[in-house]
Amino acid sequence: MMMRRKMVLRVVSKLLIPFILLFALYVQWHGDFGPGGGFQAGVIFAAAFMLYGLIYGLGTLREALPSWVTRLVLSLGVLLYAGVGVVCLLLGGNFLDYDVLAHDPLHGQHYGIILVEFGVGLTVFAGIITIFCAFAGRAAADVNPHDPEETARAGDD
Amino acid sequence: MSFIAEHISVLVVIVPLMAAPLCVIVRHGAVSWGWATLVCLANFGLSILLMQQVLANGTIVYDLGGWEGPWGIVYHIDEVGALVVLIVSAIAAIVMPYAKESIEREIPKERHYLAYCMMLLCIAGLIGMAVTGDAFNLFVFLEVSSLATYVLIALGNDRRALTAALRYLILGTVGATFYVIGLGMIYMMTGSLNMTDLASLLPAVQNTGTVHVALAFIVVGFGLKLALFPLHVWLPNAYTFAPSAVTAFLAATATKVAVYALIRLIFTVFGDIDPLETYGVRAAVMVLAIAGMFAGSLIAIYQSNVKRLLAYSSVAQVGYMILGISIGNAPAMAGGIIHMFNHALMKGALFMALGCVFYVIGSVKLEDMAGLGKRMPLTAAAIVAGGFSLIGVPLTVGFISKFYLVEGALAAGMWPVALLIMLSSLLAVIYVWRVVEVMYFRSPAIGCETRTEAPMSLLVPTYILLGAAFWFGIDATFTGDVAMSAAQTLLGGSK
Repeated sequence: MMMRRKMVLRVVSKLLIPFILLFALYVQWHGDFGPGGGFQAGVIFAAAFMLYGLIYGLGTLREALPSWVTRLVLSLGVLLYAGVGVVCLLLGGNFLDYDVLAHDPLHGQHYGIILVEFGVGLTVFAGIITIFCAFAGRAAADVNPHDPEETARAGDD
Repeated sequence: MSFIAEHISVLVVIVPLMAAPLCVIVRHGAVSWGWATLVCLANFGLSILLMQQVLANGTIVYDLGGWEGPWGIVYHIDEVGALVVLIVSAIAAIVMPYAKESIEREIPKERHYLAYCMMLLCIAGLIGMAVTGDAFNLFVFLEVSSLATYVLIALGNDRRALTAALRYLILGTVGATFYVIGLGMIYMMTGSLNMTDLASLLPAVQNTGTVHVALAFIVVGFGLKLALFPLHVWLPNAYTFAPSAVTAFLAATATKVAVYALIRLIFTVFGDIDPLETYGVRAAVMVLAIAGMFAGSLIAIYQSNVKRLLAYSSVAQVGYMILGISIGNAPAMAGGIIHMFNHALMKGALFMALGCVFYVIGSVKLEDMAGLGKRMPLTAAAIVAGGFSLIGVPLTVGFISKFYLVEGALAAGMWPVALLIMLSSLLAVIYVWRVVEVMYFRSPAIGCETRTEAPMSLLVPTYILLGAAFWFGIDATFTGDVAMSAAQTLLGGSK
């Protein structure tokens, strides 16, 4: 299903993808000081994988990120978010009261928000990939399965 | 122990919320089921403790993240809230053990663990709606429970389950959007989302068009979610084509929580305005409630699928709850609140009994249930007993709710309304009798005479719920006291 003829697209996307990933990580980890945060970072991180999927086909994307991985990441993100809340409970604060996470409230809030936003990032990333694959998979299934060329084209588009 | 007591209001939400992703991680149907059952039982225990705490110490307010209201999100649990949490977690604790065999029969094996994950998310969302004291947080939990519900309905083994889920998705989203539009307007006028804060800020702006329109959006939005006639069109198909265990759980909980949310909004958030009186909409709401009671029952009489028959009956029963709210004195209000609890018991039990029927004969069509009284005597008896409760025969929970409602209607001097409550009960007699007649007075089809009962794992939970429906029908002191004092608190806020 690879887009063999479109050399420019393949090369440019390969050059771009690492920078998209890097930018996503910047938005993720710098979100507590600058604009950004888990949701935006998750979407940008997923955008890199979607670009990969668009250029190299859904099958190649699913080889890199099988559905069990996205489902696992989807769940881990929720668990991380709620888990931070539970740790706050166990340390004597209210649910999601980050003050108790460190020796002083300022650092506590800092750690808390970073961890929680990471949880959001993981879940949003996996969620976007899951939605993309579900729709892309349907497009491939909708075209005539007896015409391999058309199916391949639908997968590439 | 004091740790649990201190954080119990948030634990009832996060226990099922955190249990759900674990089901996806283990990716194993039976293990997920065991885990979900354990969690539901634990949560039921927590909700009993919560109820005791609220009864002993009054309303609980919990600041999430240590941020006090109105700046932070708070959980605010009064008696009705605790009762709704108890309803949801009790039904979950009874339906979960039942779900295993039923879901194994009705859902492909590779999706079992997803079904349990969605059930837990739905529980977390519904309980969250009951405990939250923040109007926007209410929307978030509404969506958590609704999205899980759409998936659960789509898991039904009939292909029509997909269209039913899509229709509910569209109407449910319209409902939720309406609520947010209304809430946005209120936020524009008051600058607050905290329910207690809103209650004190709203009277100052009560005569603005924006607040009128906001209230209309909110009532119509929740009217869709709670299936108030004529906004009920999503409900019959959704209940009919969802897997049996899912229908039992949803029919017993989802609409009630939406009714509760509407009560919270009308009587606490808008409480100081008393919107039903101030805006002169009491009669309109009452007419819709009564129309729902009659239309739901009348359509139920003509159904040939028993699941759909009971779904239309649910539309009628929601009418009783809204009627109790619209009459607006303490006994009627208590009747509406009790009916949330009582209807959960009887409709849950009835849909679980129908799940047993589907398990054994693979259909819930009326003609296929001929002679069921001989073929599955225990299940058939459960359906009859649940049907008595729907009618409101004395010693059943249905009688208690209607007793309070009629008392309230008479106290308000609305004797025609009291008469209409009785008349609509007669319609219930007709649709219940149709099922009884087919089960007991027709002989089974040739080749299906053998006596085969549903497995114990399905029958025992059904009978536990049915037993509760009689227990609280014979001794209604607990439900009556809670509902009466809750009704007085709610109405006290509106004077």
